[in-house]
Amino acid sequence: MTAVLQAENIVKVLGQGAAEVHALKGVNVSLGTGELTLLMGPSGSGKTTLLSILGCILSPTEGAVSVGGQSTEGAEPEELADLRRRNIGFVFQSYHLFPTLTATDNVRLALDVRGERGRKAVSRARDALAMVGLAHKLTSFPGQMSGGEQQRVAIARAIVGDASAILADEPTAALDSENGHAIMTILSEIASDAARGVLVVTHDPRLLPFATRIVRIEDGRIVSEEQGQAKRKVKANA
Amino acid sequence: MSLIQKLAFRNLFHDRLRLIATVIGIVFSIVLVTVQMGLYLGFGRMVTTMIDRADADLWIMPQGTKCFEDPALLDVRKRFRALSIEGVAQVNPVVIGFADWRTPAGTTTPVFVVGSDVKNGGLHPWNVIEGQVESLSIPDAVAADQSYFDRLGVEGLGSTAEIRQQKVRIAVVTSGIRSFTTTPYVFTTTERARQYAGLPSAKATYFLVRVAPNADIEQTRRRLAANIDEVEVLTTAEFRERSRSFWLFDTGAGMALFAGALLGIIVGTVIVAQTLYSSTKDHLDEFATLRAIGSSGSYIYQVIIWQAMISAIIGFCLAAIAGFAITALTAGSALPILMTPLLLAGLFALTVAMCVASAIAAIVKVMRVDPAMVFSR
Repeated sequence: MTAVLQAENIVKVLGQGAAEVHALKGVNVSLGTGELTLLMGPSGSGKTTLLSILGCILSPTEGAVSVGGQSTEGAEPEELADLRRRNIGFVFQSYHLFPTLTATDNVRLALDVRGERGRKAVSRARDALAMVGLAHKLTSFPGQMSGGEQQRVAIARAIVGDASAILADEPTAALDSENGHAIMTILSEIASDAARGVLVVTHDPRLLPFATRIVRIEDGRIVSEEQGQAKRKVKANA
Repeated sequence: MSLIQKLAFRNLFHDRLRLIATVIGIVFSIVLVTVQMGLYLGFGRMVTTMIDRADADLWIMPQGTKCFEDPALLDVRKRFRALSIEGVAQVNPVVIGFADWRTPAGTTTPVFVVGSDVKNGGLHPWNVIEGQVESLSIPDAVAADQSYFDRLGVEGLGSTAEIRQQKVRIAVVTSGIRSFTTTPYVFTTTERARQYAGLPSAKATYFLVRVAPNADIEQTRRRLAANIDEVEVLTTAEFRERSRSFWLFDTGAGMALFAGALLGIIVGTVIVAQTLYSSTKDHLDEFATLRAIGSSGSYIYQVIIWQAMISAIIGFCLAAIAGFAITALTAGSALPILMTPLLLAGLFALTVAMCVASAIAAIVKVMRVDPAMVFSR
């Protein structure tokens, strides 16, 4: 197992003066290939802040983050954006799809920002949608799809660029249990790729069966780390 | 169409009401600029019509003459002096002046008399639709434009009226010789022009010089200026520029037109900036998502710039159609609005520049977008 994301002694202070909050207080965590890690904790525990730092969206106040072995220390916003588009795929709680674009174009966007255009990009976007079971929805707009389908488009967007780390923020929170289960099944499939790791932030205990590892965070500190119920079933990379 | 263009296009057309507001803002702004600049060009051309139509390489005029309509006078003896200068082939006097035209009904209206010798080159009426220029040598004969017939109280060829108690008869009818001052031009001979305008017989307003075929115009101009006292000698191009400069800038008319155009640009920029900014604000989530999935800043700016460009293209096309319609409607007026290919190209460049400049506020807003907001919404 190779670490695709590594965070050491992460401290994050949000706000200033009287409003200052220590969101993270020396967190060490990593995400390896072939694993689906659940980051669990109550509201306000710092799990989304940690996800943002691991995803190079926020910079830590202290500590070091490396993505694919590359340190983010001192990186400018454009360098962090470059790290994100090359290494990280995001799945958001409220999907964040572009309502005026079709499913294919929404997925293609992740390639377009990397400069991958043309027929090959369209083909890759369609393949990614087929992987998440949406081959029949290529030309549908988000408004014409169910919540579960929209989240699958978001997953297709996250994986289409071959990101080594998929970071999902409460991916099932807006879905019913059936759709939530379907989404976690897809994420488990992705995590079985030997070149990828999936980190899911959640406070939903129904997701526990899908985890190969569970990290619990409270008050900005990792309080436990344990093996999950799911077995790692790593597929060799094609 | 690239995905950036598609996203920009869809962002714009997603909110059609706002797009309509943006386009109306651009159209009004560009039409206003078109009218002002078209008037500027039309005015610039109208004020030099007589100079452009005159048969002259050089103009001899009293010192300090500001424009063609300047009524200062020259002594006719200077004409003979000019004829003796090396390189000069012809020197034709032109007399101009204001006079009162008395209609057959007894009312009077001011006219601008232009006198030139019919047998020689000079300044004769053009766009003749009835009669012949040569007939102006007949006693009482004058030329007038048909567009002023109502004002002059005449009906056409052969109609009579009075100037300074002297009978005048329409012997030549022209079309499209309009005066920007709205005072009708009346063409006649130099002698009768003096009588109509009440000028002494030994005076003329200009001497129009034709340079000999092999002579150098600039050298001849210098020789004329050096040998004739108290006159200025200008090439046609120089006099045209002086006249245009006087009417457009010394009178403030040009500045007023420019100020109107500037106002149009400012209003257009503010409207487009406001709508682009509010559109960007509405799509902030999407821009934050783009940033979160790793798009560069320039990728997002391109989306906004394309939104501005698409608005500009739509707005310009509609404004150009309106501009052409206005141009056609004013074509026969005293002060037509002109639309030249250069003005059209300039207006397009201005529309694009205005819209892109308007995108700055939206870009500044996007520059501050925090991609972390995708987790909180």
